[in-house]
Amino acid sequence: MSEPTIEHTVLENTGRAPLSTDELAAVIGHDIPPGSYVNLGIGQPTKIADYLPTDDSGNQTVILHTENGMLGMGPTATGDDIDPDLTNAGKVPVTELPGAAYFHHADSFAMMRGGHLDVCVLGAYQVAANGDLANWHTGRPEDIPAVGGAMDLAIGAKDVYVMMTLFTKKGEPKLVQACTYPLTGVACVSRVYTDYGTFDIQPDGVHVLATYGITLADLRDRVQVKLLG
Amino acid sequence: MSRAQVLQTADEAVAGIEDGSTVLVGGFGLAGMPFDLIDALIRQGAKDLTIVSNNAGNGDVGLAALLKAGQVRKVLCSFPRQVDSWVFDGLYREGKIELEVVPQGNLAERMRAAGAGIGAFFCPTAVGTPLAEGKETRDIDGRTYVLEYPIKGDYAFIAAHQADTLGNLVYRKTARNFGPVMATAARTTIAQVSEVVPVGSLDPEAVVTPSIFVDRIVKVEARHYTVQGAR
Repeated sequence: MSEPTIEHTVLENTGRAPLSTDELAAVIGHDIPPGSYVNLGIGQPTKIADYLPTDDSGNQTVILHTENGMLGMGPTATGDDIDPDLTNAGKVPVTELPGAAYFHHADSFAMMRGGHLDVCVLGAYQVAANGDLANWHTGRPEDIPAVGGAMDLAIGAKDVYVMMTLFTKKGEPKLVQACTYPLTGVACVSRVYTDYGTFDIQPDGVHVLATYGITLADLRDRVQVKLLG
Repeated sequence: MSRAQVLQTADEAVAGIEDGSTVLVGGFGLAGMPFDLIDALIRQGAKDLTIVSNNAGNGDVGLAALLKAGQVRKVLCSFPRQVDSWVFDGLYREGKIELEVVPQGNLAERMRAAGAGIGAFFCPTAVGTPLAEGKETRDIDGRTYVLEYPIKGDYAFIAAHQADTLGNLVYRKTARNFGPVMATAARTTIAQVSEVVPVGSLDPEAVVTPSIFVDRIVKVEARHYTVQGAR
């Protein structure tokens, strides 16, 4: 665990817009430790695959895990490389990199629960100040619940990063004191990466690492959670 | 019956499946979906089925077609709702099908437990969430776990790449997914394969599902479908 940061170390990136989705993916990619085993879930976090750490020769040093049974997943497949038997967790056709390995579902989820996976990045409806995650179900009776591997990843990966917009379309913050949506996992999130700021969840509270297109003071006004420096 | 039967048609492979059976159906989306066995089950007509599978059908083929045929009473799965799950969505909203949502890893491990003779197991997934409500919990070494029970099948439908005539199976890429686990967890495991090869042709070091778990084998023609449609 890192030393608690102090107020003036928050990097305030004002005079610019909040991060675009691709910029956010690049920020997260930059923070993923070289050499780690990483799961990028489905949807937006899969963009991070374009921004993973590389070695001096430009080779990707991170090994990607996909829950449907593969380590060493490569980029999205196109044209003749599309193989119906080779997809990612989002059912998008992908490719394999040298050193790839295939395995069945029980082994794939043993990699999560067993603490073998270093980082996963998930989307979220809400994250609470204590690291509770809500990302699988709106709770509305008309919506069909679907959890997939979200709960297994949330409690399994050593570090759970969330990639999301900080506010809903109505402007309500998604970083909250307590989740109102049904939980995916309890106290499981360690980092929250958003368009307006990045946050580290520590036992003493939520630390702001950086802001984008907003001052720390304005961020504190718009988010009801106590934000530490 | 101990030795696998190599059958000529998918219809023979699904013969005798009773109404009310629990059928474990392999596949993740369309990858590894045992299409020919499912189509044969539609022709065979068994009703009131419980289906255990990762998804609840994509498009109008495979599991979706079985649902559409009105043969399924209940689905246990991790991820029913998808952009192309319109068959399931319609039945669910009309109250014509039951749904039990199970975290994906629990689905796999509960079948693994069934196949391995485990009575139940404590699992950390879903602690503190609605999917653990009403379930027994225990604190072990400072962490809370939920008691999960095995999921057994009467039948398992799986799609593999090659079988030898004893029933040893190898798979292809991510189409492996639930196949090896489901093969262990059912009373009768039925595998459709792209190729049946003589005994001795498969590298024993590379066999993924040993023959002891396989009861019926049928060779099917490769099926081409639009992968993009599986999104």
